[in-house]
Amino acid sequence: MNKFRKDGKKGMPAISTASLPDIVFMLLFFFMVTTVMRETTLFVTVLTPKATEIKKMEKKSLVSYIYIGSPIKRMQASYGSAARIQLNDAFASVDEIQEFIATERESRDEKEIPYMTTSIKADETVKMGIITDIKQELRKANALKINYSTRKGNY
Amino acid sequence: MASKRRGLPEINAGSMADIAFLLLIFFLVTTTMDVDTGIARKLPPMPEEEQEKPPEIHAKNIYVVLINTHNQLLVEGELMDISQLRDGAKRFINNNGMDPSSSENPEKAIISLQNDRGTEYMTYIRVQNELAAAYNELRNDASLTKFGEHYADLSKTQKKEIRKIYPQKISEAEPKNIGGDS
Repeated sequence: MNKFRKDGKKGMPAISTASLPDIVFMLLFFFMVTTVMRETTLFVTVLTPKATEIKKMEKKSLVSYIYIGSPIKRMQASYGSAARIQLNDAFASVDEIQEFIATERESRDEKEIPYMTTSIKADETVKMGIITDIKQELRKANALKINYSTRKGNY
Repeated sequence: MASKRRGLPEINAGSMADIAFLLLIFFLVTTTMDVDTGIARKLPPMPEEEQEKPPEIHAKNIYVVLINTHNQLLVEGELMDISQLRDGAKRFINNNGMDPSSSENPEKAIISLQNDRGTEYMTYIRVQNELAAAYNELRNDASLTKFGEHYADLSKTQKKEIRKIYPQKISEAEPKNIGGDS
């Protein structure tokens, strides 16, 4: 009896919260590391069209993005409101796409080149003319894997 | 004298957790784990100089879909609403020679898509989506009758088998101007 009653009167000892900051810091560092701050500032407004038959994109590091849309309000004074292409951090013309693909390839491992995908992020109001031009350029650059970026949703 | 012996008083670290929590919540909120989704397609390689003649394809095995500047669809010579395209494509692919003017079998069936430079991107994606949906539904039906499971749940080899029955053949023509500019 004595054996079990020994510290019955003391009640539950308080759980030490001294290691709580450590745990929280661990979580904090995890989120700090995984957070990807948007590396490109968008100069074009892009609202991708909706689709239902979509697939998730794999291997984000192997994806290069092409943005197409009309320039944002701030830029419309100097660039007008017609749809434009954005590569990395600047507006570009259709002829620069081949060069863009080449530099994207250079920064990757040689083995990974066949798996590289080009994601076309175009606004839903964009006309197909510009998209067709881009597709032709991509064909010339032999970057044949493409992905039309879409949102999930029904019409 | 007395205070010297005591040394520096210990800093209360009790609020450290609060500070850390604050930062944690900030990063939790700002983190966007956005998964990029989209319709994957493969472009045909550029035609080579000395190209051998492409194999001849019967006109009845081609399902021609044209989109004009006004986002209207002309399917096999007839005006069609996008909402009907999925069923139309399914009927064409699954014809199996029933209708002599439609495809012989799903393997030979080719969908030819042509759009105008003035076509809206949204319409184009919608058409692509409907065509992909037609194929996906057919594949799903086939896998249900063959394996009793949905296409998405099949193993890799099973998927391959189904894909062999319904190969997705969507061909896009070289850009042209249909229906003039406007």
